[in-house]
Amino acid sequence: MTGYLKLDHLDKTFSRGGQVTEVLKDINLEIEAGEFVSIIGHSGCGKSTLLNLIAGLTPVTYGAVLLENREVNAPGPDRAVVFQNHSLLPWLTVYENVKLAVDKVFAGRKSRAERHEWILQNLDLVQMGHAKDKRPSEVSGGMKQRVGIARALAMEPKILLLDEPFGALDALTRAHLQDSVMDIHARLKNTMIMITHDVDEAVLLSDRIVMMTNGPAATIGEVLAVPLARPRNRLELVSDARYVAAREAVLRFLYERHRFVEAA
Amino acid sequence: MAAPAFKPQIVTTETKSLPAKPAGDVVALPARKPQSRLKGAGGQMKSVLAAVVPPLVVLAAILLVWQIAFGRPGATLPPPTTIWSEAKDLIVDPFFVNGSQDIGLGWRVLTSLERVLYGFGLAAIAGVLLGALVGQSVWAMRGLDPIFQVLRTVPPLAWLPISLAAFRDANPSAIFVIFITAIWPVIINTAVGIRNIPQDYRNVAQVLRLNTIEFFFKIMVPSAAPYIFTGLRIGIGLSWLAIVAAEMLTGGVGIGFFIWDAWNSSRLPDIIVALIYIGLVGFALDRIVALVGRIVTRGVAAS
Repeated sequence: MTGYLKLDHLDKTFSRGGQVTEVLKDINLEIEAGEFVSIIGHSGCGKSTLLNLIAGLTPVTYGAVLLENREVNAPGPDRAVVFQNHSLLPWLTVYENVKLAVDKVFAGRKSRAERHEWILQNLDLVQMGHAKDKRPSEVSGGMKQRVGIARALAMEPKILLLDEPFGALDALTRAHLQDSVMDIHARLKNTMIMITHDVDEAVLLSDRIVMMTNGPAATIGEVLAVPLARPRNRLELVSDARYVAAREAVLRFLYERHRFVEAA
Repeated sequence: MAAPAFKPQIVTTETKSLPAKPAGDVVALPARKPQSRLKGAGGQMKSVLAAVVPPLVVLAAILLVWQIAFGRPGATLPPPTTIWSEAKDLIVDPFFVNGSQDIGLGWRVLTSLERVLYGFGLAAIAGVLLGALVGQSVWAMRGLDPIFQVLRTVPPLAWLPISLAAFRDANPSAIFVIFITAIWPVIINTAVGIRNIPQDYRNVAQVLRLNTIEFFFKIMVPSAAPYIFTGLRIGIGLSWLAIVAAEMLTGGVGIGFFIWDAWNSSRLPDIIVALIYIGLVGFALDRIVALVGRIVTRGVAAS
């Protein structure tokens, strides 16, 4: 049985002025529909590059990304991205930012009234319906990221790609948004892939954690299944033995076996 | 619940500021507005006076020195009193018509403005499109940028003989001179704006699979709008500089030709009045483009 999303022997090299840098090497991964997978690794290991390969924003050097057994090599709304710095268009309101995506993706498939309903529905899903007429500069960082999630979800993607979505947020806001994402995942059963460098976040949210070795030529070092029942509650999990064990396994991987060496 | 409670408040502040607006427009000093809105009517009055009185004092001083310097008999330039007595008709009524060649300066300015409108309008459209091409495509930039950099240094009037030869008519030639003068800052600023579009916006466009036209209108133009308007503002200033010089040479109706005509018939007071008209119109054009830019780019700068 093949996975819903399959990364088949992915290599990525960047060449700049005759100098070739091998960033990712021999990435193999299969992800099932509805799965929540985190990719964790030290900064500079190429995890964002990996996400860009899946999104199609960066072309693969060798190998292929297969979605439902079909190769994808260009970006598209079936793999919506929630960008690290929200990437909302500042000249559009919250509503219009989502509308831009909805109008493009559902042109001809939904009527104007249906699209309007769909935009509001997605804004409500991330609890941003109240701020629909505000511009991104008028709402907080956490709210911007919520809108970014709404915009991505509104595309009805087969896979939702989250690129360190909570990296720029404070701890409390981050916890709120993590709960929101878990709630959305439980309700919509989306397939989600999240890049993170936060061990707790990875363990809390994921079904599986993909741990990357350090670059250059980074690859998947280990894949850890997180056998915790959903819905998960962060307070109860703190003392849960399986949670602690999973957390320890990731920490050991990152700080014992693949300690980050600062390049001089 | 909160929204209806807020609305009446917003309405009242708007109506309150309405009567204040004409006063603000007369002095045309928008920088003072936010300050004066906070204060009451007395503070508003004070800030209006603070804005209006200093330039009036300086103006009076200039007129006085001018009068003293050129008031004696045999002076090469006319003093303010002579200008007032000889060119009074031009000063008090910009829109009189006493015959085909004896018309108010307002009409002449409008004729010149019409040429600027055509030339600058074409330059704005072509400039934004070419700027988008140069900003977007590395090869277009490599090919076109060196040529643009050379051509943009050519003084506006140097284009006039060529365009007269090509169009064989004064009016399109003048319009072409405006066009070729105004287009360079528009191209260059637009290209810089396009090159500065954050990669994030491009990624969003790629994920949404926006086509070229959608990308141009929905991402490029709004994102580069502050740069585009900087270019347009420089462009309108250069247009107004060029039209006067071009009209001096092409003739016909227009503020530039009026100056040349007045020089040929030794009407120095008329020339000085025309200079003031040109200055005021140029100032107004600059402010109009700046204002449109501020309205259009609202929200882009603050992200």
